[in-house]
Amino acid sequence: MGETVAPAVAVQKQRRQLDRAVVRFAGDSGDGMQVTGEQFTIEAAWAGADLATLPNFPAEIRAPAGTLFGVSSFQLQFGSCRIYTPGDRLDCLVAMNPAALKVHVGDLKEGGLLIVNTDTFEKKNLDRAGYPANPLDDPALAQRYRLHKVGITRLTMEALEGLPLNIREKERCKNFFALGLVSWIYTRPIEPTLSWIAKRFGKSETLADANIRALKAGFHFGETAELFTECYGIEPAEMAPGLYRSMTGNRALAWGLLAAAERTKLSVVYGAYPITPASDILHELSHYKRFRIRTMQAEDEIAAVGAVIGAAFGGAIGVCATSGPGMALKAEGINLAVMAELPIVVFDIQRGGPSTGLPTKTEQADLLQALYGRNSESPVVVLAPMTPGDCFFIAYEAIRIAVKYMVPVIVLSDGFLANGAEPWLIPDPKTLPDIPVNFRTDPAGFFPYVRDEATLARPWVRPGTPGLEHRIGGLEKEHITGNVSYDAENHDLMVRLRAEKVRRVAQEIPPTTVYGPAMGDLLVVGWGSSYGTITAAVEAAQQEGKPVASLHLRYMNPLPPDLGQILRQYRRILVPEVNSGQLVRVIRAEYLVDAVGFNRVRGLPLQTQEVREAIDQMLEDKQMLEDKR
Amino acid sequence: MSDPAGVAEAPRNYTKKDFESDQDVRWCPGCGDYAILSAAQKMMPDLGIPREDIVFISGIGCSSRFPYYMNTYGFHTIHGRAPAIATGLRLARPDLKVFVVTGDGDGLSIGGNHLLHVIRRNVNVTVLLFNNKVYGLTKGQYSPTSELGKVTKSTPMGSADRPVSPCAFALGAGATFVARTVDRNIAHMEETIKRAARHHGAGFVEILQNCNVYNDLAWNILYDRESKITHELKLEHGKPLLFGPVDDRHGLVLEGAKPRVVKVREVPESTLWVHDETDPWKAHILAQLAEPDFPIPIGVLQRVEGPVYEELLLEQERKAIADRGPGDLAALLVSGDTWRIG
Ligand code: SF4
Repeated sequence: MGETVAPAVAVQKQRRQLDRAVVRFAGDSGDGMQVTGEQFTIEAAWAGADLATLPNFPAEIRAPAGTLFGVSSFQLQFGSCRIYTPGDRLDCLVAMNPAALKVHVGDLKEGGLLIVNTDTFEKKNLDRAGYPANPLDDPALAQRYRLHKVGITRLTMEALEGLPLNIREKERCKNFFALGLVSWIYTRPIEPTLSWIAKRFGKSETLADANIRALKAGFHFGETAELFTECYGIEPAEMAPGLYRSMTGNRALAWGLLAAAERTKLSVVYGAYPITPASDILHELSHYKRFRIRTMQAEDEIAAVGAVIGAAFGGAIGVCATSGPGMALKAEGINLAVMAELPIVVFDIQRGGPSTGLPTKTEQADLLQALYGRNSESPVVVLAPMTPGDCFFIAYEAIRIAVKYMVPVIVLSDGFLANGAEPWLIPDPKTLPDIPVNFRTDPAGFFPYVRDEATLARPWVRPGTPGLEHRIGGLEKEHITGNVSYDAENHDLMVRLRAEKVRRVAQEIPPTTVYGPAMGDLLVVGWGSSYGTITAAVEAAQQEGKPVASLHLRYMNPLPPDLGQILRQYRRILVPEVNSGQLVRVIRAEYLVDAVGFNRVRGLPLQTQEVREAIDQMLEDKQMLEDKR
Repeated sequence: MSDPAGVAEAPRNYTKKDFESDQDVRWCPGCGDYAILSAAQKMMPDLGIPREDIVFISGIGCSSRFPYYMNTYGFHTIHGRAPAIATGLRLARPDLKVFVVTGDGDGLSIGGNHLLHVIRRNVNVTVLLFNNKVYGLTKGQYSPTSELGKVTKSTPMGSADRPVSPCAFALGAGATFVARTVDRNIAHMEETIKRAARHHGAGFVEILQNCNVYNDLAWNILYDRESKITHELKLEHGKPLLFGPVDDRHGLVLEGAKPRVVKVREVPESTLWVHDETDPWKAHILAQLAEPDFPIPIGVLQRVEGPVYEELLLEQERKAIADRGPGDLAALLVSGDTWRIG
């Protein structure tokens, strides 16, 4: 596999230093935009940048080519500073076809870099995208943006000339040309992509060669074509020293389970019914049989949670994941685990709803469902990771709590965390907290519902233990004996005990970190995946000297014991969420504070700028602040 | 981990009493469930499995109270889901002997999907489906096995849906062991449940059961001394299919795939259909036999071998560990693309 492009005279081009950049690759869902974005992410990370990503793809598997709804994109922000979000507005957009241009150009900053593949701007594609005339001919486009018209398809074909591949196969390499070009523009090393290609296409040397040629051709094109007069450098970010890897939320949840399985030496039964965007956890875990992860592709969502409950009854770790309507179907099963007081963990990878909704888009709208969405009084522990990498720790923590308190735990991830990636400082597994598992074996004084004094957990008994044969079930239990009981006072007591047990999980929660002043005008409270956006917005406001602080919740039920105290230190409270105002309701109800929501439900993460503006608005309302003084 | 089903491990000397729990049995007086419970308790010692290694899992319905009365491990779960819960338990604990107790409503209506899949996967569980052709616990609505036109509280003008045959359903799902027995025949019940419990894979038993409160004598055709003689077809492996009074024996012959009732004395003995439990084709025909044209088969319709779901999965686990060693998180975390900062 040699050099492919005739080495042109290297033109000395100017390199400008940036502290961050937001780049989006957009094309047809068959154009390989996800792979392109993922590879660019690795390249950026290798060069030491901090980053955050936002993959965005259609729900249709093979959406018709060239259509607006078939556009797939991958966005990332990388920089030499701390990067919290994939960014709002784009510095650079690569549009592989007219539809991609139409869908995404509005997000490009004025004066931003716009790279289009001119070869796709022909009648058929223009029609499909609904362009009456070729937008590239409109001078306004070049006035507004730094437009670079590149014949990406043609240049790719030329670079692959002579290779024994058919036209289609060659054409499919064009995304690597685009990647090579953008890699040059932002001075990212292509080595990681070269080794990825070698691995990915190891079986076909010709395909590997073709992709490498396309990549290098793109890179050299940037270097030599007069089109580009400058490129950009981004210094490595100041990050904690150590070994890093790129981590997505779904993989992190899966690996968190592996960590718990290894630590507890218990097997894990993972029940799942395929559903977007949770399925990747099943795929990932199915590779780790060596960790005694037993994945079961169940016949439906109900069976998946059922199998997991059966496993927990048997003394294994039972975990399932779902999303959207699947979460509704699991309610009955979760309630059985509430009544039977068995440790199960349910990952809910929230997506747009209601009903089938927006399967591939993100949302934070299952919070109230997780808290209250089951029949009767049904307290469970609810946790929410705040970044893709945090999913690892949350998964582990979920199992630790489930096992310690004999309680179901729901983890609220979402589509943004699931597919988004961040550079992840690899933890030393030895530093993870212990997960003590004490199966009861002593028949003396045994009853299925005697409780541990500190945790109120009932004993976990593995069937197979002589002398402890007992029966449990979904009917109300008599306190201590666990016998079926219809007694009125007993039911009242058990309702309270189940709630109190979940409340006691609060003793596991570390003190809440407040970013910014410990008291004052405004506190922004967030949860889940909006951590990055909120932190970026609050930091920006703080840099301008605004009196604002923020805190981020990972424990949604119970809430941190110090939260009420903290909330009362601020005159105003803002709660930004990707829902119609769910946490804000909980906070108002629990603490009787006048919290205000900021809500956008577009299937996308919140934007830093809009949260910034919401902060300003809250602070500008002087009268309101005054009234609260 | 060895599978105890069918393996006699020099057991403690259990008697029926060892399997009776301390709970008061709460079925209606005269309910067929009492007899089934008694038969199950009676046959348990013969399995030779330590009591603590046995788990009864049930769904919801009158039948599903069963686990409370067995002095083993037990789990009374949610409506229709027992097969799924049992599958997860087997996956976690292949060393346990797991029974699923269900009914015609629990197993074939709300839980039809799960029953289908536990059978299809051939999970090593014994499924006891009590078929009383009515909803008892919810006080008398028709069930998926009720005959067409059944007048109940919810169908004052008669039900409009056709019944399903549990055995035909099980066979259709690919069952490896299918049997039918009757609550009024304790010895037959004991024997049949025992055989199902010893089967390697999903052992499915339909138990015809009387709900004396909401559907009394639904199976009277097999209770009444007279009609029992003319309608009960006892299946015995290797023996011709015969029924009817001693002086007027009837038998079955197969004409192609079509069964026909004949008078034994009118046909040569060699033409009689001889029962072969290992013949899955004929089991399908047996499962379709019903009155008024045919007698009702009682006994083991089919017994074949098949791969067991959890054993295949656990074999993959063993192989993965044998080939590449047990999982090592620290190694996994630093595998693949990583980079160092600082
Ligand atoms: S309702 Fe029928 S099935 Fe239920 S316990 Fe009473 S008699 Fe038995």
